[in-house]
Amino acid sequence: MFKDIFRKTKYVTINSNQKQNRSSEVPRQEEAAIVSKKELPDGLWVKCPKCGEVLFNKNLDENGRVCTTCEHHFRISAQGRLALLVDENSFEEWDSELNTMDSLEFPGYEEKLLEAQQKSGVLEGVVTGRARIEGIPFVVAINEAGFMMGSMGSVVGEKIARAIERAIELRLPVVIFSTSGGARMQEGILSLYQMAKTSAALGKLAENHLLYISVLTDPTFGGVTASYASLGDIIISEPNALIGFTGPRIIKQTMRQELPTGAQTAEFNQEHGLIDLIVARTQMRPELARLLRYHQEGAEYGSTI
Amino acid sequence: MAQLFEFEKPIAELEHRISELQKFSADKGIDLSQEVDTLEKKVLLLKKEIYGNLEPWQKVQIARHSERPNFYDYAPLLFEDFIELKGDRLFADDHSIAGGIALFHGVPVTVVAQVKGKDTKENIKRNFGMPHPEGYRKAIRLMDQAEKFGRPILTFIDTPGAACDLGAEERGQGEAIARCLLAMSGYHVPVISTVIGEGGSGGALALGVCNVLLMLENSFYSVIAPESCASILWKDTTKAKEAAAALKFTAKDLLRLGVADELVREPQGGAHNNLHQTADELSEVISKYLVRLRSESPEVLRETRYQKLRKIGMFRESAEINLTKKLD
Repeated sequence: MFKDIFRKTKYVTINSNQKQNRSSEVPRQEEAAIVSKKELPDGLWVKCPKCGEVLFNKNLDENGRVCTTCEHHFRISAQGRLALLVDENSFEEWDSELNTMDSLEFPGYEEKLLEAQQKSGVLEGVVTGRARIEGIPFVVAINEAGFMMGSMGSVVGEKIARAIERAIELRLPVVIFSTSGGARMQEGILSLYQMAKTSAALGKLAENHLLYISVLTDPTFGGVTASYASLGDIIISEPNALIGFTGPRIIKQTMRQELPTGAQTAEFNQEHGLIDLIVARTQMRPELARLLRYHQEGAEYGSTI
Repeated sequence: MAQLFEFEKPIAELEHRISELQKFSADKGIDLSQEVDTLEKKVLLLKKEIYGNLEPWQKVQIARHSERPNFYDYAPLLFEDFIELKGDRLFADDHSIAGGIALFHGVPVTVVAQVKGKDTKENIKRNFGMPHPEGYRKAIRLMDQAEKFGRPILTFIDTPGAACDLGAEERGQGEAIARCLLAMSGYHVPVISTVIGEGGSGGALALGVCNVLLMLENSFYSVIAPESCASILWKDTTKAKEAAAALKFTAKDLLRLGVADELVREPQGGAHNNLHQTADELSEVISKYLVRLRSESPEVLRETRYQKLRKIGMFRESAEINLTKKLD
């Protein structure tokens, strides 16, 4: 029965021509299937947690699960993200078989893993591979929020490091979408050193003059903020995403310090010089294509792009 | 009176009885040397028993001992000449990270260390050893100079974690730590890191990307503080003892997991019982590895460090679910 849960997923993709139209305000019928059935709540309607507007679930999907009233970005799965982002049939997944070990025999970890795998329908907290955006090839990694909040253990670190190393071999740019609570407690020191592993791999990528774009999505914290998420040549965030090193609850507990309203949002981080661009999910595809195009091999100054 | 832990009380009681016997014997002129002898042997055995089988939580207590030697205690004993250099050139000088240049066995080295205070006043100055972004940026500045001038880098880890206040967030704590990891992974000089006390999470790791990781016998190095782990797991910070065991963060655990390279012995009961002895042990082990690393080429140093990081982690290459426990 588990076989069914972990079968190769077909990625629903969108015709690139339709998405290229940046001024398109009206959601298209073709985009209706961007979110897998699994993450649809049972009801037809969903209430926006930000503005309270009751939204028709189908409309929400059509808009990339961005509230049509207040532009609140609902969290989406890695699959949903891929479907919104990359050219049809262009995604090739890597290391999908990489699986977790309870290396420390940590209390309750096996149960937690099994539960996360059943609930999310994926094996671990990141999906990696290569794909194209508007025809431009790149290497992509996307954290899976639905899997133990995208926390980084051995598998997440290894998959990201391998993806970066393959990008160097293939001479491709890398785009990583972070959604993570940080390093995964249950793998102890091994999780902690995944921060060093992924950062070191990005060092090699940089040395090879290859582009790395880090896209921060809600939430990105802890060991992920303190490693690959902060090392982008260009750092992008979705609007209003919560981003930081220490979570607000911990700051409150340990420092007895109440954070001001709006602290740790994407906008706060941008104001403090930590983020280049804030890009709405609905605009992410053309924006990434635009940035990637600047960095294509042979796109040096003076040559025709 | 030195800070005494619960598990040390049986030893203290015996020692107290010995001194009472000795006093009684001297006062009354009665020979009690045989009784004293027996008790002293008993104390030795008890110490061996207790200190030889310390539980992870007991090691945590020793690593956090108020008199545990910090970097400033070791510096004059390890180095012939330590010149402290300050500031990140961007914002401020962070007092929870010290750094500079020094002579180690006659070799010029760059030193960067986290420093906790010994009393409340010093702890406030040093933010309890919790560095802010400017501390990490100072570390990078100094380590970059080591790379520039071909000096080996010695780092000393001793922090409960990176600073976790609003200022740290505003100035990019995550970015500062990430930059440390990136910078250290790229150096062509030997990097030796030693955990001398507490190795708390990402804030500690920022100085721990190295060719060789050494750990003092009673130090620990963890992804999360045992108290926070207990709070997440069991919603109960008093279960820190159980969390300490689950996290597998002692020097022995890290050796077994392929993260640490060698354990540096401490005097019985912990480094605070004999600073000079601990410094001698540290000096000897660091020197042994430094001699070895200095014979390697810059490229090899860098690549072996990368490969060391690449190997850390455990996973399987099979999507099959074959966990030993099953959900109901």
